[in-house]
Amino acid sequence: MAVLDIGIDTAIVSPVRRTRRLGILFWLAAGWIAFIVLAAIFAGVLLAHSPTDMDMLERRAVPSLVHWLGTDALGRDELARLLHGARISLIVGLCAPVIGITIGGALGILAGYFRGRFETIVVGSMDVLLAFPPLVFALAVTAYLGQSVFNLTCILGVLGIPAFMRVARAATLSLAEREFVVAARALGASHARILLHELLPNVFLPLLAFFLLGVAVTIVVEGALSFLGLGVPPPAPSWGSMIGEGRESLEIAPRLAFIPAVTMFLTVLSFNLVGDTLRALTDPRQGAL
Amino acid sequence: MKAPALLSVEGVSVDLPTPRGNLRAVDQVDLKIAPGQTLGIVGESGCGKTMLSRAILQLLPKKAKLSGRVMFDGQDLTRLAAEPLRKLRGRALAVVFQDPMTSLNPVLTIGSQLIETLQEHLEFDASTARRRSVELLAAVGIPAPEQRLSQYPHQLSGGMRQRVAIAIALSCEPKLLIADEPTTALDVTIQAQILDLLAREQRRRHMAMIIITHDLGVVAGRTDEVAVMYAGRVVERAPTPVLFKKMRMPYTEALLAAIPKIDAAPHTPLPAISGRPPDPTRPIQGCSFSPRCRYAMSDCHQQKPALVEAGPDHQYACFHPIHATAEACA
Amino acid sequence: MMHGLPETRLRDPLLKVENLVVEYSVGGRTVHAVSDVSLQVARGETLGLVGESGCGKSTLGRAVLQLRRPVSGQVVFDGHDLVAMKGDTLRRMRRRVQLIFQDPIASLNPRRRIGDIVAEPLVIAGVTDRAEREKRVREVLGAVGLDPGLVMGRLPHEFSGGQCQRICIARALILNPEFIICDEPVSALDVSIRAQILNLLEEMKARYGLTLLFIAHDLAVVKAVSDRVAVMYLGRLCEVGPSEQLFARPAHPYTALLIEAIPQPDPDVRPPQSVPIGEPPSPISPPSGCRFRTRCPKADQRCVDEVPELVPIAPDQLVACHHPNFG
Repeated sequence: MAVLDIGIDTAIVSPVRRTRRLGILFWLAAGWIAFIVLAAIFAGVLLAHSPTDMDMLERRAVPSLVHWLGTDALGRDELARLLHGARISLIVGLCAPVIGITIGGALGILAGYFRGRFETIVVGSMDVLLAFPPLVFALAVTAYLGQSVFNLTCILGVLGIPAFMRVARAATLSLAEREFVVAARALGASHARILLHELLPNVFLPLLAFFLLGVAVTIVVEGALSFLGLGVPPPAPSWGSMIGEGRESLEIAPRLAFIPAVTMFLTVLSFNLVGDTLRALTDPRQGAL
Repeated sequence: MKAPALLSVEGVSVDLPTPRGNLRAVDQVDLKIAPGQTLGIVGESGCGKTMLSRAILQLLPKKAKLSGRVMFDGQDLTRLAAEPLRKLRGRALAVVFQDPMTSLNPVLTIGSQLIETLQEHLEFDASTARRRSVELLAAVGIPAPEQRLSQYPHQLSGGMRQRVAIAIALSCEPKLLIADEPTTALDVTIQAQILDLLAREQRRRHMAMIIITHDLGVVAGRTDEVAVMYAGRVVERAPTPVLFKKMRMPYTEALLAAIPKIDAAPHTPLPAISGRPPDPTRPIQGCSFSPRCRYAMSDCHQQKPALVEAGPDHQYACFHPIHATAEACA
Repeated sequence: MMHGLPETRLRDPLLKVENLVVEYSVGGRTVHAVSDVSLQVARGETLGLVGESGCGKSTLGRAVLQLRRPVSGQVVFDGHDLVAMKGDTLRRMRRRVQLIFQDPIASLNPRRRIGDIVAEPLVIAGVTDRAEREKRVREVLGAVGLDPGLVMGRLPHEFSGGQCQRICIARALILNPEFIICDEPVSALDVSIRAQILNLLEEMKARYGLTLLFIAHDLAVVKAVSDRVAVMYLGRLCEVGPSEQLFARPAHPYTALLIEAIPQPDPDVRPPQSVPIGEPPSPISPPSGCRFRTRCPKADQRCVDEVPELVPIAPDQLVACHHPNFG
């Protein structure tokens, strides 16, 4: 019996309820980030001490009720320095990758979509930038323009552009030949529409995951530069410079180097964990069986 | 009467834990195959046929739970330790998969993959293994076999790669060859060649073969017996001519009817099966096919039909089979 | 030397492809995907285009839409040459010709909701009224057998292959196109779903008055939906003719080979005895003369030297062969 049956198809595969709970690690990491961010913001209000006031009588003091984390080699309150250092690290750590993701991401998507000569130029110039020794670049810029948080952010931001460009381009290349993009072209969508509506939503997540990784890396790099004395100028505290200064007191008061190091480690680790978990959760394909 | 079974799958079930709950990929399957026989397992995606083949080979994912027995050549594979099992696979029990690009190692030459298998299982020395490899490649119809030994999989076409995969599978004279969708990724003219090759080699070596496919056309002329799977169960099993001519299970009938026939006139409406293959994570009460079955009655929605006999070697699972004779009706 | 089809055969074809050549380079070598193909599709008919992988049928489909620019040749749609068009004119033209792809799930943006995806063509076409768009989306989703209320707010991964293909068909229909190119629309679907989608395409064709170019490698599927069928091999047309006629009496040896190689779901039909020889050559270096000669039992020196032209061999049937099976 031949019946023209197109079959009303109503059964839906409903999405997986996110029964995968966000693990305890995620919440710890998110909690730490929240704590550090809030502490950095309200450092000035909460703290009794200033990070730069030197109390020469209380040098390298052990933690006490007056100085919760003790003092450093110049009698400055460790906790205050730690939290003000957090400000620097977070500002640089968050703002520099923003430069990278906007400029690098845009260049990458455009290069991956349009291909041809434009792509060659973009990739080539990024390769040149990558080949430039970052430390020399940082030195040169700070020598000419001086050391400041702003300059440091710009340097690190620019240095991050090639990496974001590569991630964006790789993601775009793999997507641009996918059928839904060809379908959009077949519908007569303009380039702008395809870039914004088809490609960007799909490229955005890998970029975001990379962004959080970039935050983590930037914090470490800023720390390294400050450790070497090339970062924020003293007396402004930075975790890196604190570690550098703590080096001299390693035998007497190792906590002076360890406390900022551990804080930086936990912060970087937390960004990585949160970034990775968010990426895994928001990938729509992960939900389907 | 009948030769003792080479492979006997007894009450095999495979359960997979998933975020949505337990997934019963294979549900109480019984199958037998005698030496030299060809069994076709037919079903659509999600019916469990691939999981079944993995269960036979003991290659299930770690999370999977297997129950039942798989008796091969007198041994229970489910009870066998890792080492004797490994020796068995590739030697007495061989597999050809759907996509030769992923079943062949892309960074090793064809020659090294073949020679490695021969040396591993048959303990040939290098020169004997090489000679035998060339013979095997020639036997599967690959021109210029000596040159091929030093080529990489990506340098060959899909059909050639599948031939190589078959050569590797046949290299150790297996007693049973499982071909899981061996020609699905190939063009129709190449498909005919590959199927012929398999049939020829099978006859020559008196090898048993299981062909797993979704294409009823592939099994029609080339198998002795066909088992139709749906939602993890075998819903009908019969010698091939019987299945095509005297099928009992409505699903089998619907599946055959839904295939466009080359001798039908254009624009003949196709009797489509409404609905979709069931979601294995949502087991339905009653017969799994009942939501889509034209003949479904109320009892079909309540209970799962067990396999009943329709004749020698013909079993089906249905309360209201088609072509039913008076005594067979439930 | 006459190329193409005799002009008298099809009056006022909706689509006319003439001497189309499409090539592209892969790793420095040129792939001759489509070599001098001419065909016509009349209004309201379904032309099936069949061939194995590497024959260029998908490339031809995309070249018609100018998604891949041909090296030379013309694609005349309703009197307008698409090859000569660019930019906005071409984009506007594209609304009249739509494309349905092989992989339905990959054809949908995984991060957009179905309602937005199906409405997209309307947005591109400039329909700004949101209510109007929603109305049309609902209408077309219902036409393809989906419940709009259940479907519109969800993401593609929540649907099966068959349902996604329905969504793709809905998207293709929403602008009321005249011509739809179906590129292997059912190959990725389960057997039991294929029949549904094929029936759906037939119904949509009748309801919306469409003309179809149906590209597939499965001959039985092509025959089921096509009025006429064109067979391609390695970038060239071998044979063109009405479905019934072509399959009953194939003139080209390749067509005969294809038909014989189809596994029939009938145990009484013995598997083909004459197994086809060898493998298709690569489109990077296709054989001279007749491209099928390396696998053809009838090949001779003329086949090496001379490219066979498409000539009429029976009423409405054309074949490109020096030694056709009859005639």
